[in-house]
Amino acid sequence: MADSSGGNLVKEVKRIDKNAVVVLSGEVDLHQSPALHSALLEIAKERPSKFVLDLNDVGYIDSSGVGTFVDVFRRVNSYKGQMMLVGLNDRVRSVFEITKLDRFFTICDTEEQALNG
Amino acid sequence: MASDYPISLNIMSSPRSLPVVRAAVEQMAAMEGFTQKDCHGLVLAIDEALANVIKHGYGNRHDQPITISMEPQSAPDGRCGISVVVRDRGKQVDPAAISGRDLDDVRPGGLGVHLIKALMDEAEYSCPAEGGMMLRMVKYATPEAAES
Repeated sequence: MADSSGGNLVKEVKRIDKNAVVVLSGEVDLHQSPALHSALLEIAKERPSKFVLDLNDVGYIDSSGVGTFVDVFRRVNSYKGQMMLVGLNDRVRSVFEITKLDRFFTICDTEEQALNG
Repeated sequence: MASDYPISLNIMSSPRSLPVVRAAVEQMAAMEGFTQKDCHGLVLAIDEALANVIKHGYGNRHDQPITISMEPQSAPDGRCGISVVVRDRGKQVDPAAISGRDLDDVRPGGLGVHLIKALMDEAEYSCPAEGGMMLRMVKYATPEAAES
């Protein structure tokens, strides 16, 4: 079921055991990032053990989007949780590579890998 | 064959304008023969330049003018390319002070200039006498041998 409490990009939030899988859809840019940031921090307040962002339906991300993920990453790290990114297309992955942030995020191909790895 | 058709987009400094600009840039890059990867690089660099104008030049005011001018520009070796000028009327900053930050410092923000310089073949800021900032950038198509 769609989560209507957060940003427009949050298509679905799945709670699986003590984990959260947040499915995003759309383009993460300067227009969308502030609402997405708020929505993700609300989910982080639940302190999921694994905070998985499913980006299969994200076609584009800019530095404001990457910055949003970095801030959530730091929040999740602060309570010893793990944040993982799943399903990055080439365009999205390249932004993490150019900014060298692919060293800090755990990037998985599938949700199953993220949850069971 | 490169065509000769300068494009000028006049927008207000609202983030809502950005998807429209991205679509126009992507279309022009495709028409000029850029690969998908080069298209994305050009789109992202211009998007980051506009985001910086909105956030820093205009302090997040959304009703200020920005002009994006694009024109085909071939490289000396004949590769296709596109030159871009982003012009605003916002706060002037010493171009020498505009640089990317240390990427080992993992924190939000400050990545836009790094992306612009990484993605474009040329990127030069200046402070026109009439006020505001001007960013001139050029991206050439990646040589086929370098495409992986």
